[in-house]
This record gives sequence, C-alpha cells and structure tokens, in this order.
Amino acid sequence: MIEASTGNYAAAQAARLAKADVVAVYPITPQTTISEYVASMVQKGEMNAEFLLMESEHSAMSALIGASTIGARTFTATSSHGLALMHEMLMWAVGARTPIVMPVAARAIGGPWNIWGDHQDAISERDTGWLQFFCENNQEVLDTILMAYRVAEDRNVMLPAMVVEDGFVLSHTVERIDIPDQEEVDAYLPKYSPEFFADTENPMRFGGLVTPDLWTEFRYRIAESHEISREKLKAAEKDFEKVFGRSYGSPVETYRCEDADAVLIAAGAVAGTAKEVADQLRMQGKKVGVARIRVFRPFPSEEIRKLVSSVPSVGVLDKSYTFGDGGAMFNEVRSAAGTLEIGSYIAGLGGRDVPPKVLIKIFNNILEKNRGTVWADLKGGDFDD
Amino acid sequence: MNYRDLPSMPVAAQSTESITTGDWRTIRPVLNKDLCDRCYHCWAFCPDVSVIVEEEGSFPKVDLNHCKGCGICSTECSKQAITMVREDL
Repeated sequence: MIEASTGNYAAAQAARLAKADVVAVYPITPQTTISEYVASMVQKGEMNAEFLLMESEHSAMSALIGASTIGARTFTATSSHGLALMHEMLMWAVGARTPIVMPVAARAIGGPWNIWGDHQDAISERDTGWLQFFCENNQEVLDTILMAYRVAEDRNVMLPAMVVEDGFVLSHTVERIDIPDQEEVDAYLPKYSPEFFADTENPMRFGGLVTPDLWTEFRYRIAESHEISREKLKAAEKDFEKVFGRSYGSPVETYRCEDADAVLIAAGAVAGTAKEVADQLRMQGKKVGVARIRVFRPFPSEEIRKLVSSVPSVGVLDKSYTFGDGGAMFNEVRSAAGTLEIGSYIAGLGGRDVPPKVLIKIFNNILEKNRGTVWADLKGGDFDD
Repeated sequence: MNYRDLPSMPVAAQSTESITTGDWRTIRPVLNKDLCDRCYHCWAFCPDVSVIVEEEGSFPKVDLNHCKGCGICSTECSKQAITMVREDL
C-alpha cells in the first residue's frame, strides 16, 4: 500500500510487519515517534507484542537481550545519548549472540546540547560488533529492517543489527513509500528459530563466565560470523528483490562511477543529494560519480578496494569526526584501499544541511586531487566564500 | 580443542561445577582430623561452596578444583584444625 511516511513511521511499520514479539524502548529525539507508533499499534491490537517502557536505554537493551535469549524477536529504537548509554549492552548483545534489530535515528552527541542529525552516534559504535546499515531514504529504512532480521537471525550469523536513518532528514521527513502486505513479508521472513534458547524444560547456562581458555575462540567466532554475513546479506537482498521488486546494491551502491574521474564516497541521505549534484556536474562535462556505503559493518573492504583502484580520484564524506586522522569512514576506506591518495571531507555535523553548493565544492576538490582533511562547511574554513 | 567445536552461541549444557576456578590458589586448607569435631563451621562459612560434607558425621572435604585458598575456613575453625599450607610452585 502506498502511504506518505516519515522514516520513523516506516521503521515502526517494519516492526509490525516483522511481527516483533518484544519491544523495549526509552524515548529520545529524534527516535521517539518510532516508539510512539509501535505503542499505538500494540494498544490498538494491530501488533501482538509485549511493549516495555523502560527507565533508560541501557535497560531497554538489557531487556531485549533477555527476551531474545528466550527466543523472542526483538525491536527497539534509539538515538544519540541513548545509543551511547546502551554502549555496554550493545557489546553484550553481540557476545550473547542475540539478533536484536534496532533503527537508530542518527544524531549528534553533546555537549553542548544538540538534538539534530549527523552520524556521530552510530559511527561511534563501530567497534561493538553490530551489523550496521546506513539508509538513503524512508523506503530503504523499512526494507532494510526486514532484511536485517533475515540476516541477523540466520543461524550462521546470530548478530544484532543497527539500521541507521539520518535524524530529521529521514526520521521526520515525509516521503512516498510502499508498505508491503503482511503475506509477502511472512513469505520473506521466517519465524525466529534460534539453535539455543532459555527453556525450563531443557535448562542450559547463558551468559556464564568464559575464561581466558576460550575467550579468544568466542571472539573469533563473532569475527567469522561478520564474514559470513556478507554473503547472507547479498542473498537476503536478492530474495527481497524477488518478493518486493526493490534492491539497494549492497554493500556499496555505485552511481555513475564506471567512467568517472572523481568519485565521492558517502553514507546515508546525503548520498541522494550527491547523486543529483553528480547529474548536474555531468551536464557540465565533469565526469563524477557517487559510491554509497550502505553496509558499514561488516566493512565492504573488497568492494571499496576495487572501486578506489578503478577511478582516478576518490574522496570520502563523513557526517561525523573521529579525533584521530580524518573522518572514521575515510579511515576505513583508506585502510581498505591501501592508498594515501584519498581526500577526507567533514560536513553536515549537528544538523547542518549539506546543500548542493557544498557538494559541488567537494566534487571539484576531488577532481583537483586535493588530499588531507577538509571541513567542507566550516564557517571561515577552506571552502567558505 | 578447536574454535570450530564451540557452540554457535555462548551456552553450556553442564553445570558451572565443570569450570575449574581454583587453579590459581597459592595456599590450601589442610584438615587435622585429630582436632576436628565436625561442627561444620568451615562448611557454613566457605563463600565458594568448596567445603563438601558428604554425609552427616563425616569429616569435611575440600573441593580443590574450586577452593581459592581464601583461608576463611581456617580462621573460623573453632578447634584450629585447618592449617593453610603453601602450594608447590
């Protein structure tokens, strides 16, 4: 059914269609309406879930780890400080192999206070072991949540998954989306059926002590599952296309990159604007393209390496900053590509729009093969006129 | 042991008793049966359930797979029947 939908409404619809058994939430901007839409559907009987309003995000994630351990399909949503507060339990969810699926309406983290969108919260959780997907539009938010369950709950994967939507730019912006029928989703997404679950008839120990004797082996198995998830995701997206007719080119969507002189690598909604700008620049004879990192964890090293080695100049746009050397995504790209010949661009922090004029400057800079880190929309910075 | 033999999730079917946690002990409790009057204070005070009384009236035994050598049993023994003896290096 075609509806006018915000990213948050799309995320809530995905939770309903996936038939999440347990939803545990704590409100935080800009995620809050996801929780509210789900609460409303549970109250009206449109969704048969246990809805738990917790006292913090840390508790919400803890509750879901418990619920997932008894074999429930679990859902929550968060943003910014809420995600940071969950950090400890994000690590636990991975180690416990609980395939929780969670949209993150990405937002800056204070202080000082800032409630607007960037990628700092989600990017900062890159070492937890969660699968991480970055969406470009609201349809993709809904579709990716369904795919995420399929991959996360695969018995050879068993990892939680974070579906990132840009705060406000997607979470609160209305787009035309196609909400699938329940029968189609049921055909695509099987019931969650873990190999092990807490059961009074068949008692086992969960979350017990693992000594130095086996810790390395358990960590290695998590790394191995990340590798396995690469193919599982491709298969899940292929099946998704068969059932619903849509696909997103996981893990890296390339747009007009084949003959490009310069490619901008980005993630999230800003990639949509970058594609428009690429079309405009091509009309002026500048051969530019866009590569959108849709899957950030596991990082698509192979695809990035191939891409970077096939185009003359590449730059990476980060909507976050890591206080090391350039943006976090830039560092991952540079590491995968094995070359220092890549530019790093920081823009769109704390809700600042990234309009075409900023992207045009970035594309031109990549064409000129400038390197180093440029804060592309800094007032008084290199690109300010 | 091979990492491939691990279960897909960190679960265990057997009790925690199978995990030996006493191997870093540096001193061990040794019971003098001539002094012990089987009051079982050692059994009651052991914080790690490592003093085992198999049946009423028998001498207490120590589960050395789990005893950490804390010495509480020795301190609490009213007859000074338990001596803490250094483990071999």
